[in-house]
Amino acid sequence: MNGEHLESTVEHKPTYGIYILVWLVLMMLTGVTVAVAGINFGNITVATALTIAIIKSYLVLTFFMHLKTETATFKIFVGVALLFLLISIALLFSDYSFL
Amino acid sequence: MSTIAEHTVGHVHRDDIGSRLGMWLFLFTELVLFGGMFLVYAVYRFTYQHEFHVAAKELNTSVGALNTIILLTSSLTIVLSIIAIRKNNKFLSVFFQISTMVLAFGFLVNKYFEWNIKIHHGIFPGSETLLGKGNGEIIFFGLYYVMTGLHALHVIIGVLLIEVMAGYTIKGRINSTNYVRLEAAGLYWHLVDIIWIFLFPLFYLIT
Amino acid sequence: MHNNGHAVSYLDYKGKHSGIFAWILSTDHKRIGLLYLMASLLFFAVGVTFGFLMRLELIAPGRTIMDAQTYNSLFTLHGIIMIFLFVIPGLPAVFGNFFLPILIGAKDVAFPRLNLLSWWLYILGALLAVISVFLPGGPADTGWTFYIPYSIRTTTNVMPALIAAFILGFSSILTGLNFIVTIHRMRAPGMSFFRMPLFVWSLYATAWVQILATPIIGITLLLVTIERLFGVGLFDPALGGDPVLYQHLFWIYSHPAVYIMILPAMGVISEIIPVFSHRTIFGYKFIAFSSLAIALFGSMVWAHHMFTVGMSETAQIIFSLLTFLVAIPSAIKVFNWVATLYKGSISTDAPLLYALGFIFLFSIGGFTGLIQGALSVNMHIHDTSFIVAHFHYVMFGGTGFGIFAAMHYWFPKMFGKMYNMKTAKVGFWVLFVGFNTLYFPMFVMGWLGMPRRYYDYLPEFHIYHLISTIGSWILITGLIIMFTNFIKALRSKTTYTAINPWGGETLEWTIPNKPPLENFEVIPTITAGPYEFKDNDEFLMKENN
Repeated sequence: MNGEHLESTVEHKPTYGIYILVWLVLMMLTGVTVAVAGINFGNITVATALTIAIIKSYLVLTFFMHLKTETATFKIFVGVALLFLLISIALLFSDYSFL
Repeated sequence: MSTIAEHTVGHVHRDDIGSRLGMWLFLFTELVLFGGMFLVYAVYRFTYQHEFHVAAKELNTSVGALNTIILLTSSLTIVLSIIAIRKNNKFLSVFFQISTMVLAFGFLVNKYFEWNIKIHHGIFPGSETLLGKGNGEIIFFGLYYVMTGLHALHVIIGVLLIEVMAGYTIKGRINSTNYVRLEAAGLYWHLVDIIWIFLFPLFYLIT
Repeated sequence: MHNNGHAVSYLDYKGKHSGIFAWILSTDHKRIGLLYLMASLLFFAVGVTFGFLMRLELIAPGRTIMDAQTYNSLFTLHGIIMIFLFVIPGLPAVFGNFFLPILIGAKDVAFPRLNLLSWWLYILGALLAVISVFLPGGPADTGWTFYIPYSIRTTTNVMPALIAAFILGFSSILTGLNFIVTIHRMRAPGMSFFRMPLFVWSLYATAWVQILATPIIGITLLLVTIERLFGVGLFDPALGGDPVLYQHLFWIYSHPAVYIMILPAMGVISEIIPVFSHRTIFGYKFIAFSSLAIALFGSMVWAHHMFTVGMSETAQIIFSLLTFLVAIPSAIKVFNWVATLYKGSISTDAPLLYALGFIFLFSIGGFTGLIQGALSVNMHIHDTSFIVAHFHYVMFGGTGFGIFAAMHYWFPKMFGKMYNMKTAKVGFWVLFVGFNTLYFPMFVMGWLGMPRRYYDYLPEFHIYHLISTIGSWILITGLIIMFTNFIKALRSKTTYTAINPWGGETLEWTIPNKPPLENFEVIPTITAGPYEFKDNDEFLMKENN
């Protein structure tokens, strides 16, 4: 048997508390992003909104989607998928951001 | 190359990790599907920065924010339904699943009124009002309808999926020892949530 | 489970369905593989017919047997059918389905029912493509690329063709998903990643490209559909849209798609070469990793299809450079195959001939790819028949010959019959000569300026077109020889019982011909790599000393 078959998800005792906490943080971040959008930061306005969106997605991925307790295979897979999107957007803008 | 090992095959193959792995791979295809739309959005926002600012003023931020809150909460309820079934609390699990569907329905109703108001104002693809505006604004609303429409379609699919899961839970096919289907439906639902987490600032918060 | 059930072959197994339903509702990976084989060969025949008719039209300048519109529809359908219905499913869905579980010592793929669903989606997509031909409005005439703005404006049946391609993409995604989970979760005990046969490695890399790139074409074709229905304007310059952005999105998928097509063929060649030279494969890890490298770099070169559309110079230079880089992992494979052949005890049976044909034709296709990847040359030969020649050398000379190699290699295992070896060799040579006669003149006339997709041409190109058309007849003769040889073997009454005719060392050669339903009576335990031809290596060592 190779390693991958033996490794199994770390089964924590299921509790409600952590998820409600994460939800509260997500609500808070939503409030922040709406509030901040009213202030004109100039160029970094979009960057701020996207940063908050990335933090929110990270929380959903890690806790709600249980990526935290999954094996390394899952985490690498997510990395590969995000890398593909990143490459696509970077190379696409090699056309659009230059003349 | 191979020697024969003592090995008997008894039960039907069941592999929860494999099932979840498959679901994640499917989610990647959804992610890239929307990713393609985000590429289109990025290019046009880069091209029409000013027009996007102007056009976004037509959208109602509080409606968008309300829908964000609804979806994030529904993400919480679906994850709680998994915890409940793991604790062998069937009633609570079904309750949370139904809550998720109710919230999703609320999201859709909200979306319906939002689109309806736009269409009443004469802003929809091909309308005279929209064609009277600048190119950038036409594109903005084109993207708005296509992306939120595609997202709403995914919300509907998600609701149908969770409905089936609720049926399974009531019948006991999903139970405290076999709940991978519910987990898969939950993963799908969270992805729909993540897409919205990005759609919200990109359309409603760029004024 | 059922002990007596093990011996029954997958062809004779009686399930709960009977007649044709025992096949089209079967979740057995081997039956699904055969279903794909039959369907894709049927479409191959249709595609070949269309190609034959196009060549016939081009035998002389001016209108010969059809008008321009018919010719436009023919090259569109030829492209759609060959790419989406034959070349893409040809290796992963047919031979991947049949042999992937066997090669890693599993009883089936991870999700057998999903596997059947993806076959049904394939059939649904194929039916839609066929229906689009007969609906009023006429078959699509956009080329398989569906370039905007023409694909929005033309009145032909573009919509059904778009939806067909969307559904076929979905089918391809589900196959890829199934393979990745199967490879990760269902390997036999001891089958570590580096003990997997190289065909499995290539399928693994392919599956990733299928999963990550295909959705992009899905959304892009969906956007064209929406554009045709509602006129949203996302790609329409009149409303501020950018048609070049469509081309970007199209090629973000469609360039990686050519690696979906070629990678599994490379995997098949990596299986055949060591077996027929009776040598351990040279550079196993290099070949394995080069598959992943091709998948990665292959996703980063798409815009080399667009050098003449007015991209930024920065983008042109970046994409040209990356295009040269992707040649490196392909070259690594070729060098390793040749090094494996070196000092081997080579048996020149039909599978090896096809494998060698692959190396020869793929090398020509690959090198001409580099020529096109160079910016300045590309300006000159863009949209000429040079390009047509190049991708037929890669897709037909490469993947096509790879599929034929696989058919000859695994035929006795799949059907428990053996074809006539002499006829198979004759078939190969006729095919090989016909192929080069058909496609090589296209390099020459493309270089001289013959544009692609034209049904007419100037008189100075006549001689090349004539040679090329004659080549198409030779090629078809070769195909007929090959397939009649197979059909004869299938109809013959003699069963072929030798379970390891070529002396292969991978798992499929340890189980009976026409494998039983669950492949293995007991799941094997793997103790060594897939190509350990110890006898021959020891022999060579002695000889060297």
